Amino acid sequence: MSDINKNLDEIIKNNEVVLFMKGTPEMPQCGFSMAVSNVLKHLGVNFIGINVLEDEEIRNGIKEYSNWPTIPQLYVKEEFIGGCDIVREMFEKKELQKLFQDKNIKIID
Amino acid sequence: MAIKQEEIQKLLRESFPDADIEIQDLAGDDNHYSAKIRSSQFKGKNRVQQHQMVYKALKGKMGAELHALALTTEEK
Repeated sequence: MSDINKNLDEIIKNNEVVLFMKGTPEMPQCGFSMAVSNVLKHLGVNFIGINVLEDEEIRNGIKEYSNWPTIPQLYVKEEFIGGCDIVREMFEKKELQKLFQDKNIKIID
Repeated sequence: MAIKQEEIQKLLRESFPDADIEIQDLAGDDNHYSAKIRSSQFKGKNRVQQHQMVYKALKGKMGAELHALALTTEEK
């Protein structure tokens, strides 16, 4: 496994909820990243935001790793959940809330 | 970086011949689109897999020439 994949593996394994995003949860730098970050905040989920703009290797590496061409990307307990469209759709259909509950991650609903 | 709506339509049609495809140019700038695709090929696939199939059909243009495509996929 290449170093970058190993690095990504570790980030994803060591954090229950990881959002690869442009900017930070406090200061998103892209509307799509902000949308997902806001959904997580709204649900009161503890998550870590990885700012891909700070690391070109992660920015390109995560796209390969997930086989997903865009940022943001959400991982929950090592499972790739999707990007902005999927997260938004799941949230609207209450599927995201259920996913967190099923995975024993605390949310405010 | 921009891409014509007809080009997206053509690429999607090639990969999903049976699909109902609705594309909208959201900002009128050939850069921000939404697409709704209903295809029998999505049967048995989860959302991530369905979207991956669409991105594959777009042959690497997603995230490159195509900046934003709000995607909704459904089984037909």
